[in-house]
Amino acid sequence: MTVTARVRSSELRQTGTVTKNRARRRRIDAWKAFLYVVPALAFSLTFLIVPTFQTAWYSFYNWNGLSAATWAGVQNYVNIVQDEKLRDSFLHVGVLVVFYSFIPIVIALLLTMVISRAHALRGMSFYRTVLFLPQVIASVVVATTWLSIYSPNGLLNTALRGVGLDSLTKVWLGDFSTALVSVGFVGTWLNVGLCLVLFLSGVGNVQPELFEAARLDGASSLQEFFGITLPALRGQITVALTLTVVSSLKTFDLVYITTRGGPGDATTVPAYEAYNRAFNSGQVGSAASVAVVLTIGILIITALIGRLQPKETE
Amino acid sequence: MKISLPEKLVTYLVLTFFAAFALVPLLGVVITAVTPSSTSGGFQIPRSIDLGNFVEAWNRGHFASYLLSSITVVVAVVVITTVLSVLAGFAFARLRFFGSNIIFFVILAGLLLPAEAFIIPLYYNLRSAHITDSYWALILPQVAQSLAFGIFWMRNQFMTFPNEVIEAARLDGASDLRTLWQIIVPPSAPSIMTMCLLISMWTWNEFLIPLVMVTRDDLRTAPLGLAFFQGQHATDYALLAAAGIIIAAPIVILYFFLQKRFISGMLGGISSR
Repeated sequence: MTVTARVRSSELRQTGTVTKNRARRRRIDAWKAFLYVVPALAFSLTFLIVPTFQTAWYSFYNWNGLSAATWAGVQNYVNIVQDEKLRDSFLHVGVLVVFYSFIPIVIALLLTMVISRAHALRGMSFYRTVLFLPQVIASVVVATTWLSIYSPNGLLNTALRGVGLDSLTKVWLGDFSTALVSVGFVGTWLNVGLCLVLFLSGVGNVQPELFEAARLDGASSLQEFFGITLPALRGQITVALTLTVVSSLKTFDLVYITTRGGPGDATTVPAYEAYNRAFNSGQVGSAASVAVVLTIGILIITALIGRLQPKETE
Repeated sequence: MKISLPEKLVTYLVLTFFAAFALVPLLGVVITAVTPSSTSGGFQIPRSIDLGNFVEAWNRGHFASYLLSSITVVVAVVVITTVLSVLAGFAFARLRFFGSNIIFFVILAGLLLPAEAFIIPLYYNLRSAHITDSYWALILPQVAQSLAFGIFWMRNQFMTFPNEVIEAARLDGASDLRTLWQIIVPPSAPSIMTMCLLISMWTWNEFLIPLVMVTRDDLRTAPLGLAFFQGQHATDYALLAAAGIIIAAPIVILYFFLQKRFISGMLGGISSR
């Protein structure tokens, strides 16, 4: 802003005259500037913002999607705490966060400690491409892939039998004790590569002299990690946390394709409950309240993680 | 910087292990897809390669129609989003107007809001407008979602554009719009390209919006088609694998050619949020 102001004033000095015409033209310019953003704003308001407020409105009603809605007060929200199925759906997300976010970040950090200078190696671009690959595959395809891997005669059970561990074979997605963990592990598979690529590129930005100096001073690799690598990666860790935690909270496609929340309610998640209640079981108000809680949760967590972000990152 | 031989070996070992971790499930899909359907009682290394599954999946699954529908939606979303993002991104980066901060924040909200936040009323609104079960219901909401990213991306790009060039064009009497299209957009083409790639990928892979908005078979996009196909052929994993490959292939091929743009865009776009 100040730059434009300075340029403007120098421009004025050049022309030498400040006329009323110019002031009027600037006011017209301001209106024209408005026109540049109006279409985008209209899209945003019509399809995202207004419906979001409507969701909040819906959540105070009982409505089956067809007949007249009746006022429900906060009952739908009370149900989220009292209804075991809904409460569990939020607890399941807690488990998924561990698999989607915590485990990939810890693994990737440990690996970054061991291979901190991988970015300088030949062939790194190939590895980066492969590690990042799961991120670009449609979630529905990822889901059918793992559905097949976890199937009774799928890759996983076949491999277990191949090494003589027949006793461990299971119907992974059909078993109450393993279904949620199996879904979560897909998240680990998705995100380990993402975190690793992110952290290795972050370490690549550290000046090599820092590491050289630390080694000359006789720092152990552990000291090097906590003294140099970890602080340098703060920005990348924040990004990884945001991406992975938000993606775990939003889990829908994977559950819809692989388990539909089953067996029983063992793998149901809020996004699936919101969808299922709104469009299948005629509990639109309840669905909206789940959506509201999920949205607020995502906004709060994003804001909290954002506070970890160092200010000077680009 | 010299890296000692043991360190190199360990590094390659770790990288290879995790690359394999990423690849094994995908290779499993490819192998399953070329296993002759008659023998596919379970996962096995096939003795012969059979591409019949692709043909059968293609024909039985109406994938020609699904892919066409996906392409239509992606092209429309990318074109509309790009034009509107360039315009708005320019205004936010270069023009001063009343309320610009508030408007920017409102549009940016689209980056934070999960689809669950708005999809339920949106469905009923669009149904009242009689445009569910049409391309509009697939295209318009996804434009709104993509705009949040697109405007943010273009604004960042345009803010780094050298001021002197723009002022020079202004002094020559060029209007804002002309300055934008003739002076600013051409050198920004690579960054616009990256934005188009990312939006294409997200739109191609989108599942929830098509799932909610359309029921007509000829409107189903590729991922929705796959989900539907899976519902019908639940345990025919060879067919499912072939169908999955057909759907993932366009984006994966693009990715292999343009991986740098994908990776830097996906990581950079979010990290600078």
